[in-house]
Amino acid sequence: MHSTTVVFCKRKLTPVCTGCVVIKKRPNRIFNTVYRKESGRNGITMNTRGLRSQLKDSVPVAGLCPQGAYGVQDSLRSGFTSVKNELLPSHPLELSEKNFQPNQDRMNFSTLRNIQGLHAPLKLQMEYRAARQIQRLPFLQSSNLALDTLRGNDESIGFEDILNDPTQSEMMGEPHMMVEYKLGLL
Amino acid sequence: MALSNVLETPAAGFNFDNAARNAALEGLFDGGQTPKPMKTGTTIAGVVFKDGVVLGADTRATSSEVVADKMCAKIHHIAPNIYCCGAGTAADTQKTTDLLSSNLTIFSLNSGRNPRVVMAVNILQDMLYRYRGQIGANLILGGVDCTGNHLYTVGPYGSVNKVPYLSMGSGDLAALGILEDGFKPDMELEKAKELVRLAIHAGIMSDLGSGNNIDICVITRQRVDYIRPYQVSEYKDNRKTKYKYRPGTTAVLTEKVVPLKLEVVQESMQRMDTA
Repeated sequence: MHSTTVVFCKRKLTPVCTGCVVIKKRPNRIFNTVYRKESGRNGITMNTRGLRSQLKDSVPVAGLCPQGAYGVQDSLRSGFTSVKNELLPSHPLELSEKNFQPNQDRMNFSTLRNIQGLHAPLKLQMEYRAARQIQRLPFLQSSNLALDTLRGNDESIGFEDILNDPTQSEMMGEPHMMVEYKLGLL
Repeated sequence: MALSNVLETPAAGFNFDNAARNAALEGLFDGGQTPKPMKTGTTIAGVVFKDGVVLGADTRATSSEVVADKMCAKIHHIAPNIYCCGAGTAADTQKTTDLLSSNLTIFSLNSGRNPRVVMAVNILQDMLYRYRGQIGANLILGGVDCTGNHLYTVGPYGSVNKVPYLSMGSGDLAALGILEDGFKPDMELEKAKELVRLAIHAGIMSDLGSGNNIDICVITRQRVDYIRPYQVSEYKDNRKTKYKYRPGTTAVLTEKVVPLKLEVVQESMQRMDTA
């Protein structure tokens, strides 16, 4: 089975040979950098890090990323740290809510692919990626208007519009720190 | 990955930070209980009749063993032609029906049409299933739209049932007995109202969590009659909410006037600046 795109090997300027692994890295920008690894085998390119990589399987490990807004352990509210607390979700809905949007997208794309063919989700995903890049500076809250319109969230109200609205959050990150962190300089 | 000086804004929507803390606290107080949310321990009922739908509900909201609200409104407005009775946790039913109402309003503004009852049911079903029953809302949706008169029930996990008559809440068994006995398809308005009233009354009499007044909502193609209260409980207490007595309530027995003699000790004048 052949795919329609062909990747050129940077060294030899020929189509990717067997066993050659091409790693593409986009230049560092203020918005999220995306690392995509495509393994080429017989000219077939596969995207091995699609939407699944954005699924969160567990809450981060203690020591690397403790709970709390600033990443510092919040003894007053969550008690002493324990590895179990950090690894396992404390509420049955915690994981499913974190993964809800990616799961919905996957479901919708898969249905769309079955109905209309591969081109439909590909084009839509391209538009999503473009819309996701329209962001303000890191310490400011972006409205994500284009992304919302694409997803259809502009015509519905859910709990994420009422509860814990990020535009109403009382804490703001320190601007210089946030920009440096996003640029990878921190 | 988070650093200690970089702020990660929490995601919008539900925040589960306190869940671990609550679990830890449960074990700390031996015998003590965390405060329970206010439930509506209810009787709600609905009947489809010839020209539309009649919904009925009692008006008591309980918080464990105490009556928290004697005039609770359990019939919520969703759309001009759709109303919803809610049983379960009071806050959950109110918030869910508010969200549903907002979504349907947006839809009807967008498309210029009246929403259908199936749409409300589908939106509710998606929303409740997403939260796996953690939102404790048992709802009866009734409405009249272009396709006819409909009555649906939605459970907390998102289960949906379409029936001509039903009741929900803690008093549902008593109410259902009356409904099963008295229901006939295509009833007249007065008979339908009387049937629902009897059903709710049975629920009030047989269940501790239901009581006080009965509210009735009649939805027809032309209009909606929200009768609140339809029947006032005979045990209603006549508590005065104002404790101001009109002059003359207390009779005057004797009157004695003593003039107070005052001497002028010092007199001083201060000029007022009127510029």
